[in-house]
Amino acid sequence: MKLPTLREVGTEARLLLIGIPVFIWTMIPIYHMFLFAISPKEDAFSGKLWPDHPTLHNFSIVFHQQHYFLRDFWIQFGNSVIIAVAVGALTLIIATCAAYAISRLRVPGSRVVMNLALFTYFIPAAFLAVPMYRTMGKYGLLNNDWSLILAMVTIASPYAIWVLKQASDKLPVELDEAAVMDGASPLQIFRLVYVPLMMPSLVAIGTYAVLLAWNEYLYAFLLLSNDKAITLPVALGNFLAADDSPWELLMTTGFIYALPPAAVYYAFKRYMVGGLTAGAVKS
Amino acid sequence: MAITLSASDSALAEAPRPARLTPPQVWGVVMLAPYILVFLAFVVYPVGYGLWLARDPASYVALFNDPIFARAAVNTLIFLLVGINLKMLIALFLSGFFVQQRGWIKWLSVIFILPWAVPSIPTILSVRFMLNPEWGVVNQLIFKFTGEDGPNWLNDPTVALGMAIGMHIWKSLPFWTLILMTGRLAISQDLFEAAEVDGATWMQKFRYITWPSMQTLYITCTLLSMIWTLGDFNSVYLLTGGGPADLTHVLSTLGIRYLRLDQLSLAMASIVCAMPLVLPLVYFMMKRLSR
Repeated sequence: MKLPTLREVGTEARLLLIGIPVFIWTMIPIYHMFLFAISPKEDAFSGKLWPDHPTLHNFSIVFHQQHYFLRDFWIQFGNSVIIAVAVGALTLIIATCAAYAISRLRVPGSRVVMNLALFTYFIPAAFLAVPMYRTMGKYGLLNNDWSLILAMVTIASPYAIWVLKQASDKLPVELDEAAVMDGASPLQIFRLVYVPLMMPSLVAIGTYAVLLAWNEYLYAFLLLSNDKAITLPVALGNFLAADDSPWELLMTTGFIYALPPAAVYYAFKRYMVGGLTAGAVKS
Repeated sequence: MAITLSASDSALAEAPRPARLTPPQVWGVVMLAPYILVFLAFVVYPVGYGLWLARDPASYVALFNDPIFARAAVNTLIFLLVGINLKMLIALFLSGFFVQQRGWIKWLSVIFILPWAVPSIPTILSVRFMLNPEWGVVNQLIFKFTGEDGPNWLNDPTVALGMAIGMHIWKSLPFWTLILMTGRLAISQDLFEAAEVDGATWMQKFRYITWPSMQTLYITCTLLSMIWTLGDFNSVYLLTGGGPADLTHVLSTLGIRYLRLDQLSLAMASIVCAMPLVLPLVYFMMKRLSR
């Protein structure tokens, strides 16, 4: 084995000098949460870097709903799942149909629709929250899963349509022409040619919409307030209402809540990086 | 916002003319209909209703007389000008670090993306607990090493806003680093090799090769990040709650504050007042993207 030269050692040292602070900076909030989750109540506040008696007891309390704040944990977990899946499915259906109509069928006025969608995408969702809250009240949907589902579909579809339109513009027109020659109807082309070819982008967009809905706090806490209707992030926020809230249980619940999206993100990273970052910024 | 309303009217006017549409286009209208319905019901109607609620000039007078509003506007500007530029500079620097070909850097980049991959609520609450003056781990450590009580971090408006900006940077830095990395990787390696042969320094390579090819991307990213940061509700609301004494609000949390105080017209007016900041940025981005 060749010994590294002094210059190589110097470069490596400088890289480490950047890498180690980056690692610490990234991990601190996450590690702090993890530490609380595996610490017994009396150890949690001692300021140690590793608890004397690490335990999974907190997880058992959460899973068995053995605390006042956690009495509806599974219902709230279920709400989060149902809403995230419904938003993913609805966004996919609406956005795929719209992108097909805009990009392949060239409906008159579709450019206007595209620009409106893009415009909505750029207006930060936080500014639409108050009017959306009032509107859902008028529609009588407050405290109903559908209010959050429809609100999140509204927020997720513009970007979805835009990314899918960009992707479908890249498919060769000859495919459609050949299918039309063979007597295929627009719906058959959509089902048999378009959707299979768009699969990678559809996976990326579906994941995007599911994660967006799972992670949403502001809209969830405005639109849902009943203990049995709220999603997990709202339940986490509610912990703050009391002064004596059990931090170790809050951090445990937060850890459980953070695991699924992280897993989904890493599982679909391949699609996410190709499909989304390319679409996110076109310089 | 007026643009939204008038333009959607014209889109509607075009739809019901089946006589001139070819059969595939009729299908197209049918397939476009779900999104148009969603758009009408959950964008056009709320926006129109919101503007109607904000029509009273008296609510703007009340808004401008509220010191919290001025403070929130200043905070938002600090958040954008200091926070975003700091974040993008770090991202530009780190993108150069992460494109290095090393096994351990590849692993570090997988870990580095975590803040972006996990939901923001639990991590923000985790930081909030760390900064708790009595039981938080930060002040525990300060007490352990110096024997003195640490500061009450979130009780000082400047420090609290700084922490919220730090939280925002923690969360979104990985995303922008990733985007700028793709920009760096797109630069031809031949250029760097030629520069190497000519004996160019690190600084010269950046100045004459990297920056010219990444300039547009960098500016687009900065603008996009500004728009998104204007809507960053969580970093402020969950870390400081707008406190102490409502001094760390930003424009995106202000609407919710007025809503909670049951001052709906003020809430809408504060959102309308944010538009002069939002709309030029949006216009600029749309120009860039529809080229």
